[in-house]
Amino acid sequence: MLGRLSWAAIPTNEPLPLISGAVVGLVILAVLLLITVKGWWPYLWREWITSVDHKRIGVMYTVLGLVMLVRGYSDAIMMRTQQAIAIGDAQGYLPPEHYDQIFSAHGTIMIFFVAMPLVIGLMNFAVPLQLGVRDVAFPVLNSVSFWLTATGALLINMSLVIGNFARTGWMGYPPLSELAFSPDVGVDYYLWSLQISSVGTLLTGINFVTTILKLRAPGMLYMRMPVFCWTALCANMLIVAAFPILTATFVMLLLDRYLGMHFFTNDVGGNQMMYVNLFWAWGHPEVYILILPAFGIYSEIVPTFSGKGLFSYRSMVLATLGICVLSFMVWLHHFFTMGAGADVNSFFGIMSSIIAVPTGVKVFNWLFTMFRGRIVFTTPMLFSVGFIVTFVIGGLTGVLLAVPPVDFVVHNSAFLVAHFHNVIIGGVVFGALAGVNYWFPKAFGFKLDERWGHASFWCWLIGFYLAFMPLYWLGLLGMTRRLEHIPDPAWRPMLLVAEAGAIIIFVAILCQVAQLYVSIRTRDQRRDLTGDPWNGRTLEWSTTSPPPAYNFAVLPKVETIDAFWHMKHAGRAAPPPVYEAIEMPHNSPAGFITAFFATIMGFSLIWHIWWLAILGFVAAVFVVLIAGWSIERDEAIPAAELAQLERGG
Amino acid sequence: MRGAAVLPQRSGYARLLRWPAIGAATLLTSCAPAGILDPQGPIAAAERLLLINSTAIMLVVVVPVILATLGCAWWYRASNPHASRSADESYEGRVEFVVWSIPALTVILLGGVIWIGSHQLDPRAPIAGTSDPLRVDVVALDWKWLFIYPDKGVAAVNQLVIPAGTPIQFRLTSATVMNSFFVPQLGSQIYAMGGMTTHLNLMADRPGEFPGFSANYSGAGFPWMRFVVKSVPSGDFYAWVDQARSSGSALDDAGYAALAKPSRDVPPATYRADSDLFQRVVDQTAAGSGKANADVTPPMHHTGG
Repeated sequence: MLGRLSWAAIPTNEPLPLISGAVVGLVILAVLLLITVKGWWPYLWREWITSVDHKRIGVMYTVLGLVMLVRGYSDAIMMRTQQAIAIGDAQGYLPPEHYDQIFSAHGTIMIFFVAMPLVIGLMNFAVPLQLGVRDVAFPVLNSVSFWLTATGALLINMSLVIGNFARTGWMGYPPLSELAFSPDVGVDYYLWSLQISSVGTLLTGINFVTTILKLRAPGMLYMRMPVFCWTALCANMLIVAAFPILTATFVMLLLDRYLGMHFFTNDVGGNQMMYVNLFWAWGHPEVYILILPAFGIYSEIVPTFSGKGLFSYRSMVLATLGICVLSFMVWLHHFFTMGAGADVNSFFGIMSSIIAVPTGVKVFNWLFTMFRGRIVFTTPMLFSVGFIVTFVIGGLTGVLLAVPPVDFVVHNSAFLVAHFHNVIIGGVVFGALAGVNYWFPKAFGFKLDERWGHASFWCWLIGFYLAFMPLYWLGLLGMTRRLEHIPDPAWRPMLLVAEAGAIIIFVAILCQVAQLYVSIRTRDQRRDLTGDPWNGRTLEWSTTSPPPAYNFAVLPKVETIDAFWHMKHAGRAAPPPVYEAIEMPHNSPAGFITAFFATIMGFSLIWHIWWLAILGFVAAVFVVLIAGWSIERDEAIPAAELAQLERGG
Repeated sequence: MRGAAVLPQRSGYARLLRWPAIGAATLLTSCAPAGILDPQGPIAAAERLLLINSTAIMLVVVVPVILATLGCAWWYRASNPHASRSADESYEGRVEFVVWSIPALTVILLGGVIWIGSHQLDPRAPIAGTSDPLRVDVVALDWKWLFIYPDKGVAAVNQLVIPAGTPIQFRLTSATVMNSFFVPQLGSQIYAMGGMTTHLNLMADRPGEFPGFSANYSGAGFPWMRFVVKSVPSGDFYAWVDQARSSGSALDDAGYAALAKPSRDVPPATYRADSDLFQRVVDQTAAGSGKANADVTPPMHHTGG
């Protein structure tokens, strides 16, 4: 009846996950109770849970990413602490079966449920506004995407209390992830949470490629699109091309695990190298799915706070497209040590270092944008300058790793760990935090506190350098990754420095919480009444803060790049607006209900509760079909009502 | 009495000073060259040189970019009255050309380095040496390393004894999950994978002891999957082989099956071994492997859970 599920699934012998699970459970219960007591459920249901407004969905993605950042961080500090203690004779406080789950969960969560939601959330919020349109191409699908991502995040957190998570590393390489070596539910949690959330991500990709290609304000030619839209287009094309590879690869591993097939087993003709190739054929484009939108965010922020147009827009677009294409030709650099010949290795090494060319061009363009500008050091700008300096270092070590013989000695080492944290924290996380600070006033109508913002930036920057520069060195000394126990006492000082860095990053996160708290408390003094708090250049700043549900009462007419900047400086009065009726999509509970059944399906599949899995799957598909076939007419806002709304009536 | 009063004070002061001193000293010891920065063979030395050269080539570009970024950001801050600003000019063709050229030229140079380096340091390529190469077969087990000397009829667990100055030809496989064979001071690592053979050529210049380990996570015992490479003079090596052949127990089917069971912290041991053991591990016909067991008991994963 309940498959593998029994009371034994609750890890009563491991106090740490139980206590943390209990604390998280209590917090969630308290929040739910508060919502119930305050009577916020109807508001939440109407305005958020069933919302198909891209701005609301963007905010929810971003909140999901920030909450999961805290989860991923607590994994990180536990690992750092274990490595700082368990040296030589000391065994530390985490047994291998727990520690190995933590680093697997850390990687999986940070990539799929922190970086992805942050990047997709900011794209959701800003891209339609920047394009000068009212929503994405498929608003209901957008809601489905979000809630399926949330399903994945929920499942992965359930593994904390019910059962356990994978002990395979976030890449889940077979044969370790096969039934023969990982017979428990850990790998199944990993596979199903990613399978379900990846469906959501793929739908997002389709949605945004369609939106950017087919829905743009009148006159918004491709070469007038803000660079963030270009990077979003490329990232979403990569999603559409790459995520099916991941899904198919996981399907094969699931067939191995559930039906005893032999795609990747050691024996009976299975080929583990195929998994590694396929995984990285998705995995390398994934890196650019994350970093390209971050590049786009910097390309919006640097010109805005330098008071100048972006230097060489067309180079920026060309570089973005170049990276997009090249990102599919470099996957083998993740496993030069698998024994491919010198020709193959050097081909992929050279292709990988070629990506440094368009990336270098971008760095120079940001530099020339600042040159002779009037730079205002707001929090987003600080993150951008911090990014440029940090990312250049990460780029250098990345190209080093692309030299096959150098990779032969630093592959899988702490040097590699330092490198990808260098580019992901210094690139993606800084970009996302810059974007949150930059677009927050647009989303909520008031600016975030600058003092706490600056404090969080400096803590992030210093914490990052302290936490990861020692790892570069340790990698050169011969420290490999994923060590639950440190063999060489000489590494202790460096590990203690890294631990201190991780603690400073915790202070950075606290500063961000304080920033939110202080800003919300004093929101009346920090209202943005103009809609253009930063003297912006692109169309999102031409509407009110926060924008109305329909974004623009009258779609803007675009004549140049940096459309809003030129409208502001054209010096001619805007013609009186001519309002026309707007059709807005209805709210839809389809996303939430689909995800509810997908959660049931995922959980039942993990625990082999077949009848419930079938039920969940059928119900989820049924809800999607109903939503797809519903011919409910969109809600129309008549012209007269619109005019009244716009006059502030 | 007076002296006694002064002494604790002084020692208290000294104690204050002692901790930074110890901290600095330990930081220095952990900065001392080790691992891949302290190569003990031709491959490792060439790879360290490549690491330093590639870093130097890139630093030529990276350092000026970092300085220019910080300088630019500081000088053009809004509050600087001396900075000359320019209007909304945003594009200049010649600058754009330079902007593409600098990284392109750097990468062309690096591309040459990559091509030549990859071919010279191909793990399969034999190392030219004065003596004939020694063949060693490597089997990754849960969680220890088995080294078989097929031409000598001996095998060792968790210790790799090699003659200094002699090129070593490794063949590697895994009787379990994927691992990576790595001795940082000798150079290149390579994956060891079940049902497959990879190849690696390394050499130690001088006698010495160098740590080796698995560099690819392989489960709970992974951190303890370490071994020592003992590079010894040629004569000592043959003496070791003779001793292992005469005193070691035979690594027969039962012995191998016992060894293949998961265990960690296995002390070094030597055995007499058949030269075809490696091939049987690759073919999965060695005792204790899935296929060898298949005719006795059905594989565990047939039920679909």
